Amino acid sequence: MSDHGHDEFSDDVAPGDEHGDVLSSLGGYLVGLVLALGLTATSFWVARTHALWGPGVPIGLCVLAIAQMGVHLVFFLHITTGPDNTNNVLALAFGVLIVFLVVVGSLWIMANLNHNMGPMEMPQAEMRHI
Amino acid sequence: MFGKLTWNAIPYNEPIPMAAGAAVVIVVAIVLLWITIKGHWPYLWREWITSVDHKRIGVMYCLLALVMLLRGFSDAIMMRSHLAFAAGDGQGYLPPEHYNQIFSAHGVIMIFFTAMPFVIGLMNFVVPLQLGIRDVAFPTLNSVSLWLTASGVLLINASLVIGEFARTGWLAYPPLSELQFSPDVGVDYYLWSLQISGVGTLLSGINLVTTILKMRAPGMTYTRMPVFCWTALASNLLIVAAFPVLTATFALLTLDRYLGFHFFTNDHGGNAMMYLNLIWVWGHPEVYILILPAFGVFSEVVSTFSSKPLFGYRSMILATMCICILSFLVWLHHFFTMGAGADVNGFFGIMTMVIAVPTGVKVFNWMFTMYGGRVRFEVPILWTIGFMVTFVIGGLTGVLMAVPPVDFVLHNSLFLVAHFHNVAIGGVLFGAFAGYTYWFPKAFGFKLHEGLGKAAFWCWLFGFYLAFMPLYVIGLMGATRRMQHYDDMTWQPWMMCAFAGAALILLGIVFQVLQLIVSIRQREQLADISGDPWDGRSLEWATTSPPAVFNFAVMPDVQGEEAYWGIKQRAIELQKLVDEPDYEPIEMPRNSPTGIVSAFFASILGFALIWHIWWLVGVGLAGAYAVFVVFAWRIEDEYIVPAAEVARLDRERRRIRVETILPRGKPV
Repeated sequence: MSDHGHDEFSDDVAPGDEHGDVLSSLGGYLVGLVLALGLTATSFWVARTHALWGPGVPIGLCVLAIAQMGVHLVFFLHITTGPDNTNNVLALAFGVLIVFLVVVGSLWIMANLNHNMGPMEMPQAEMRHI
Repeated sequence: MFGKLTWNAIPYNEPIPMAAGAAVVIVVAIVLLWITIKGHWPYLWREWITSVDHKRIGVMYCLLALVMLLRGFSDAIMMRSHLAFAAGDGQGYLPPEHYNQIFSAHGVIMIFFTAMPFVIGLMNFVVPLQLGIRDVAFPTLNSVSLWLTASGVLLINASLVIGEFARTGWLAYPPLSELQFSPDVGVDYYLWSLQISGVGTLLSGINLVTTILKMRAPGMTYTRMPVFCWTALASNLLIVAAFPVLTATFALLTLDRYLGFHFFTNDHGGNAMMYLNLIWVWGHPEVYILILPAFGVFSEVVSTFSSKPLFGYRSMILATMCICILSFLVWLHHFFTMGAGADVNGFFGIMTMVIAVPTGVKVFNWMFTMYGGRVRFEVPILWTIGFMVTFVIGGLTGVLMAVPPVDFVLHNSLFLVAHFHNVAIGGVLFGAFAGYTYWFPKAFGFKLHEGLGKAAFWCWLFGFYLAFMPLYVIGLMGATRRMQHYDDMTWQPWMMCAFAGAALILLGIVFQVLQLIVSIRQREQLADISGDPWDGRSLEWATTSPPAVFNFAVMPDVQGEEAYWGIKQRAIELQKLVDEPDYEPIEMPRNSPTGIVSAFFASILGFALIWHIWWLVGVGLAGAYAVFVVFAWRIEDEYIVPAAEVARLDRERRRIRVETILPRGKPV
């Protein structure tokens, strides 16, 4: 059952099922591994030295982390711009959108609740009027 | 040895749960005894319990939903009858402790174990047939999903007689659901039964998304898929996106209760509002997970019974996908009153009103489909018309409550209860019943009795209005939800009226049970020989009723929208079917006990976790892992249906088609 789609959709393959694709060959995985390790090592190095201006370090780490995600997506999860990858790219986009909505929405809501429901602090000036 | 479990866990001194539990045990015992005496066990095991056929699994999901509908409804009628008399000096007959368990169990059962299995069952049964394929992407996983859901059902029913159920309402808000305020096992039953069935739901969602995206028949492009497949796709995308949030939220509450964490506690920096926020991040998409497949059913039914293509097919798809995204932008409207400022409330209020627009588009599309059509008033379209009227009322009260200042008046009142029953019964349940009546002949080869079906429909429709319109009224007068007793005697007539409505719904359910029994007894007269009893338009009607195990002898070649309608009209015009194809052997997945055995261990695991029986937790985990290993190391998982057998079955189908479909002539 699992493979009856193969005859009809010869260019429609499941993730991890690619054949003869450069990125999925052993070489591709090795390149990905080297890049991933390099980015990890760089982020440790950046955090420990003064190569970056102090307050810029968190931003640098964010950039490295995003690059790391990109490496994982391309070399390990095989998200490419190929014709068969529309589903994978759309699924990723949907996932990113939902995560974005949930995280940003939750932060906004919780901050707003904290602001509105925090302990009542009355400034001294107002106290005197009461 | 047995953790917190002692003989005191069984509520000897409470007559109602004991009587109900005894009745359930006796009924189950009689059924099991009957199966044993008749010697049906080998058949059941071979053909149903271990089946990985999407049609059988779909049917079992719907059966589970119908059984749990009875359980959930018995909770409902207990609440309605209690409240009809618990006014002023009257105390009713349900003590507060028990009443709290009943409304919690009612909500949990109706959403998680009635509505969810019903829509998942319909999608499981119909989607592969409509796409023109032979099974879902992962057939064994499908069976695992079903049995994990059943495992959750088992645990929630066990709570009736062993221990107690949560008294926290259907979403178990902390801090009430924390150990400090709910020290007994009720909330643990809630958490573990929903975690286990939630895994099943998530797996089923992944399965159906993969099926729809990767396994369509040749020529079945996205814009040729029936609308039901589109709504199933949207619904399952929402399952994949939303259910992990539910799992994570429950996991955090579990850590609070079991390991002394402080995510949602009152002290040590916990914040209960984070639970509310997260649970509704799941909870609002859940509403659309349930209603979208129902919209799909109505789209199929309204087009079939109006003998017309669906009006605005593409706008229907667009509306469905808009709802899919927008459903993740409205969750705060469930807690407008709990401290957010005007900016946040305003944003989510407006988004809530916006989401009514694509829904409105759908309602107009259904009406325009009927307009100018030759509407055949059979039972499925009665449910659909009942839905269109009822759901619009429910939708309007929903838009009303989307206005934050109005919600401050109506929040947690019976007005709210009336609103969500208005959309849940008028939308989801009517949709499930329409689909049940519509696809029943496809599943079993005979139609349901029409007269009894109509009787059931009218009882449900009028029963619904009688039961819930009074709640709108007393909700506006100030009656709150989850109220066990009230002092204002002017509410009592309304409560009496609501009770009468529930009794009328009970009559509707009696008619439905009768309908099933009578239909099975009269299956010869009600037989659907042609395989196309309603003059259908999508591919499920191209095969026999019930379909062969492989659904289609050869994969249909889809030429346009309404795949089967085109094939059928061409055949009628030429007065002959397409030429007989070359039959080839078909590979089908082998049945597997993986699902039932893994669910058996999952039930043990859940029960042990609830009662803190740690050695049994180990047994459950080890068993579940062993099942996975055995399955992963399987050698053969497919069998071959020989070409001769395929040819024999399909030639028989073609002979019947020639006799029944070709004489129909062209529609006007």
